[in-house]
Amino acid sequence: MMNKDQRIGGRIAEWGFRIVCLAAVIIPLLVLATLIVDVAIDGAQRLSWEFISSYPSRIPEQAGVLPALVGSLFVIALTGLLAIPIGVAAAVYLNEYGKNSWVANIIEINIANLAGVPSVVYGLLGLGLFVRFAGMGRSVLAAGCTLALLILPIVIMASREALRSVPGSLREASYGLGATKWETIRQVVLPMALPGILTGTILSISRAIGETAPLIVVGAVAYMTFLPDGLDSSFSVLPIQIYDWTTRPQPEFLINAAAGIVVLLSVMLLLNAAAILLRNKYQKRMY
Amino acid sequence: MSTTSTKLSVSDLDASYGDHQVLHSIDMDIPAKEVTALIGPSGCGKSTYLRCLNRMHELTTAATVNGTVQLDGADIYHDDIDPVLLRRHIGMVFQKPAPFPTWSIADNVLAGLKLTGGVPDNADEIVEKALKGAALWEEVKDKLDKPGTSLSGGQQQRLCIARAITVEPDVLLMDEPCSAIDPVATARVENLIHELGENYTIVVVTHNMQQAARISDKTAFLMMGELVEFDETSKLFSNPSKQETEDYITGKFG
Ligand SMILES: Nc1ncnc2c1ncn2[C@@H]1O[C@H](COP(=O)(O)OP(=O)(O)OP(=O)(O)O)[C@@H](O)[C@H]1O
Ligand SMILES: [Mg+2]
Repeated sequence: MMNKDQRIGGRIAEWGFRIVCLAAVIIPLLVLATLIVDVAIDGAQRLSWEFISSYPSRIPEQAGVLPALVGSLFVIALTGLLAIPIGVAAAVYLNEYGKNSWVANIIEINIANLAGVPSVVYGLLGLGLFVRFAGMGRSVLAAGCTLALLILPIVIMASREALRSVPGSLREASYGLGATKWETIRQVVLPMALPGILTGTILSISRAIGETAPLIVVGAVAYMTFLPDGLDSSFSVLPIQIYDWTTRPQPEFLINAAAGIVVLLSVMLLLNAAAILLRNKYQKRMY
Repeated sequence: MSTTSTKLSVSDLDASYGDHQVLHSIDMDIPAKEVTALIGPSGCGKSTYLRCLNRMHELTTAATVNGTVQLDGADIYHDDIDPVLLRRHIGMVFQKPAPFPTWSIADNVLAGLKLTGGVPDNADEIVEKALKGAALWEEVKDKLDKPGTSLSGGQQQRLCIARAITVEPDVLLMDEPCSAIDPVATARVENLIHELGENYTIVVVTHNMQQAARISDKTAFLMMGELVEFDETSKLFSNPSKQETEDYITGKFG
């Protein structure tokens, strides 16, 4: 009957499973925490307002990240401006208009594949397409376009997922009231999908901030003595500045690199926090 | 007083989901400015039938319709007809209430107007009138700015009724509008249907025989996708001409 003993085997299995799952969460977190603490301790001695507001220098103690920080923010803003509207529009097409058509299916499969292409390949594409062919040169604009291409598949897939989660009954309710497809998408579907779209896109942008390889190919420079002042300006970004410092012979530059990593991580954390705040703000409106 | 003119004339209507045919050559003349009830066992195709009347059926993937449906003599499946505009004349209350989650209660009531372009200046009046009509005003008048999904299931159902009558359609299709509401609110919604029946053409699906008898002028009995009997409500319930109808309304099956 309902004998307790029969369930003991099951209980032990469940406890074992729980412990394995817990370990799977804790071990990576511990490794990550160790890395961050280690870097933070190394970087702390250099981290200061001066470090953030100074230009690169041959003297480690005087070198700073200002042009790289500004360059990163500039490039990332462009990336977002380009990738988000295009990505959301593509997702709307795939989910609302091209549903079940073979064109949409082929596009979708290819987008999933594109998301797995190594980022350096996008760098080569950017070099050929934007820097050379479109004549943008080794500029902020070329970098923004390249990173936009890089994150576009992720933006599309995340937005698509968010759109897919909007119940069909709401679309029907809207059509039933005499709304057109566009009125339905704009006023019913997109507002509901917004939190999901925001989370997905901001996470992909914070990933783009850390990208190094494609920007090396596109031609970011590590020694900027001025701030990027326009779309055609040459530029540096934080990951490249950090990488450059790690290749210097003087060990003091490693401290600079550690401090640079802390700055980079802070920017990422700020972006992720913004993503969570935005999502909560829009989700509250719903329930 | 009732007129004898036909609002919707359905002839030889078939409907399928993929290769699963659900409706088999339905013929039916739905009278103008009267309430027509649709009864029949679960899964017999009542919802599908309603959705064919305002061209919602074709929105389902692989769904097909054959035959004609005439609104005031004009075939609604003709190439010239824009289904979007048609649906502003033939409104619908769905079986499962679906208020817009990102919209407030008031905005949900005004949804038809907001979605299609314009909310008039007397929006507040419209909201109050529609909510009173749907027997929901007293419960929500102090929280009109709360989300529509913050209401109970039965309240949501009435909210969706209010939403459907705001656009003042000629024809109102109601799919089990009282399935989740208590007897008091049901009585008020029935009153509303009765009142609306003076000026609008109403087709209402219900599983409740007494309700069909109370609110409708004519009743149609559907079974397995076929129209078994369609007659004056009083006649159909007191003296049905088909054995299946009698079995169904006396509760022998279904
Ligand atoms: N979206 C769909 N795809 C495929 N088949 C469907 C779909 N909707 C309904 N059907 C099928 O069509 C038939 C009729 O369904 P319908 O919803 O019209 O029944 P109903 O009379 O409204 O039932 P109920 O009283 O339970 O609401 C059922 O056999 C159902 O399985
Ligand atoms: Mg139904």
